[in-house]
Amino acid sequence: MAKSTSNSKSPSADGVQEPARRDFIVVATYAMGAVGAAAVAWPLIDQMNPAADTLALASTEVDVSKIVEGQAITVTWRGKPVFIRRRTPDEIARANAIDGAELRDPQEDEARVQRPELLVVVGVCTHLGCVPLGQKTGDVKGDYDGWFCPCHGSHYDTSGRIRKGPAPTNLEVPPYDFLSDNVIRIG
Amino acid sequence: MRKFIFATVMSLMSAVGMPGAASAAGGGDVTLLKNDWSFAGIFGHYDKASMQRGFQVYLEVCAGCHSMEYMAFRNLADLGYNEAEIKAIAAEYEVQDGPDEDGEMFMRPARPADRIPSPYRNDNEARANNNGALPPDLSLIAKARAHGPDYLYSLLVGYQDAPASMEVPDGMYYNNAYSGNMIAMPQPIYGDDVEYADGASTSAEALSADVTHFLMWAAEPKLEVRKRIGVAAVFFLSIFLIMSYLAKRRIWADVH
Amino acid sequence: MSAAKFSNPVVRWIDHRLPVFSMLDHTANEYPTPKNLNYMWNFGSLAGLSLVIMIVTGIVLAMSYTAHVDYAFESVERIMRDVNHGWLIRYIHMNTASFFFIVVYLHIFRGLYYGSYKAPRELLWILGVVIFLLMMATAFMGYVLPWGQMSFWGATVITNLFSAIPIVGESVVTFLWGGFSVDNPTLTRFFSLHYLMPFLIAGVVVLHIVALHRFGSNNPIGIDTKGRQDTISFHPYYTIKDIVGIAMFLLLLAIAVFFFPNAMGHPDNYIPANPMQTPAHIVPEWYFLPFYAILRAVPDKLGGVLLMFGAIAILFILPWLDRSPVRSARFRPVFRIFFWLLFIDALALGYLGGMPAEGIYVTLSRVATAWYFLHFLVILPMLGVFESTKPLPKSISEPVLATTGEAA
Repeated sequence: MAKSTSNSKSPSADGVQEPARRDFIVVATYAMGAVGAAAVAWPLIDQMNPAADTLALASTEVDVSKIVEGQAITVTWRGKPVFIRRRTPDEIARANAIDGAELRDPQEDEARVQRPELLVVVGVCTHLGCVPLGQKTGDVKGDYDGWFCPCHGSHYDTSGRIRKGPAPTNLEVPPYDFLSDNVIRIG
Repeated sequence: MRKFIFATVMSLMSAVGMPGAASAAGGGDVTLLKNDWSFAGIFGHYDKASMQRGFQVYLEVCAGCHSMEYMAFRNLADLGYNEAEIKAIAAEYEVQDGPDEDGEMFMRPARPADRIPSPYRNDNEARANNNGALPPDLSLIAKARAHGPDYLYSLLVGYQDAPASMEVPDGMYYNNAYSGNMIAMPQPIYGDDVEYADGASTSAEALSADVTHFLMWAAEPKLEVRKRIGVAAVFFLSIFLIMSYLAKRRIWADVH
Repeated sequence: MSAAKFSNPVVRWIDHRLPVFSMLDHTANEYPTPKNLNYMWNFGSLAGLSLVIMIVTGIVLAMSYTAHVDYAFESVERIMRDVNHGWLIRYIHMNTASFFFIVVYLHIFRGLYYGSYKAPRELLWILGVVIFLLMMATAFMGYVLPWGQMSFWGATVITNLFSAIPIVGESVVTFLWGGFSVDNPTLTRFFSLHYLMPFLIAGVVVLHIVALHRFGSNNPIGIDTKGRQDTISFHPYYTIKDIVGIAMFLLLLAIAVFFFPNAMGHPDNYIPANPMQTPAHIVPEWYFLPFYAILRAVPDKLGGVLLMFGAIAILFILPWLDRSPVRSARFRPVFRIFFWLLFIDALALGYLGGMPAEGIYVTLSRVATAWYFLHFLVILPMLGVFESTKPLPKSISEPVLATTGEAA
């Protein structure tokens, strides 16, 4: 706006002749500045993603030979609890007694285990992230004898599937494989 | 007179191209051998084969005394090893883990995520085993010394007989690249200290260059990506500078 | 200043109640600026940019840094090796710190050359010196955080400066350390303050700009603007000119960050701190070297400390030491000679600060130190009385018109 404060000595002729080029170079400069700023923003944001050492620690090996039938252990994987339960024949039977397709998060029990006696699930309620009860012998296990989340009352069955309460999905089954009969590696 | 002999010896040495001849005269000043490192320069990059050989030298020659605290086995992927090879290398080491259910610490084979185990449990044990001198950690050594790579290389090939005028105490060695020329580390590389699978030269110079290459990578593992982005950034900003200058000239054209 | 000048109704509604847009418009758009500013006037905006870069990268680094003597060094190495782009962010932070000082030193010398500290801009200048002091404190504490050898011994030496204070000196140092040596309490408080102080700087920068806009920028001729014919609006003229400076600055910074990231650092800081062993040659960061040279030039502990702080304190009273009514060195032929002598003197002090404190270097440091104080305390006041200055032009437009007339 105050562009023309200088006196009339500058002929506007050259300004008239080349407005297109002038606009282009100015706009292009501002655009390049914006592109550069955006490029710099990425590293600043990406640094919040998990670092290389964090990603490298993403697997845990567990010896499951010492878990007796009907008992469960809790191990840490990626900073979260993982429940490993050696189920009794009764528990396996109850998990298979109902039609998985009719559940809130339809899934058959056999799709959730590699060996029926060994159930491995991430011990984090799918509602809002609390750790459900049911690992210890004296714990409340909920109406379906699996796990019960005390925060907002979600009930999981002996396959870790959501049966009652606000949680939307079953307890997550982490990726794992058997390194030997007694050792599993999670992650 | 002794001074004269010393000077004569030194000048003879420099005449036949012995490295660092001029250095010892100053007592502490040293001249470094300048190598033509592939990682130097704007487009510098690491030589994977040389680094793998250097890693072998580190394992077989240096690792007995020198730790590499900040290096994990997984980092070896940069050297061109694949996952299975890294696992195999890691599995040769035992690291402490635990406590187990009984509260006991236990040893288990190392995994790629583990750091390379140190040869000593702590600095005191390291000193006790090395005549009171602490072998420095090598993970950052190439950045922790001025002119890092050239210095390390010069040091490794810099062991010589001390000039007659110098008394070398027990447990010390004469090295013409080391400040003060008296170093507590015995000569580590004589040539043919390791056997290379790829048939590369195992002369003392070649081994020293390889291990230096490896150590430079260990200190600055992001060098390649840094320089790659750098070339793009400098190119971009050069254009930006020219454009902004032209834009400035345009905008200022009517100001007098 | 009426809100009606904005076409967007939302902007108008807000601006009527909270005139932020008017303020912005006044500061960065219509702000009348002398039309003859040269590229030496770029360093203010560059210093501002440096501060922003430092704060942004610093906040990001703090997300991965651990302020504990056992973990600090390792956490910095983790940033360099494992955190995504961590090496880039840290190298930018390290090198921009140096560039920040380069820019600010040039900004200061520009002010000295063109008499920008003179009435009515004394407070503007003093606020600038305050920013400079805060910067030095911030930079010093930041250098301690990686907990390398230079971090530790720099912290030890600088905090020990305060032990020169008579009677209470030792207690003051113990207080600063939070213990009997530089240790974990020192590190954690330095981290806290290092995070805080950039925001204090930003606050003083706001005051600096408010003071600047009270009378507007000084200019190479050093005479006041006489009306609209002498000024142009800040935008687009000085925004684009600042962008040229920014492009140049970023280009040089990129060359440093990507190709010589450790050139302005010290190799010893890649060795973890060892309280049992001082490195053979300890030197502060390069930007402290002139002051370090003054400190070492005096063979007395308290004297050295006083003189070093005096070297900065003297800048506070500069507007009253230089009483010449003429601002710009263009019209002060004798002052100009002494200005360049001071410039060389400052460079010499910087060089001497990096040399060992022995032999000829000590003598030279003393000469250079003496000259520094002589310049401010004797030469400047005398020049104000005895110097015959060249005639000043009537207005900014006049000489500018004259030169273009010749060229045409």
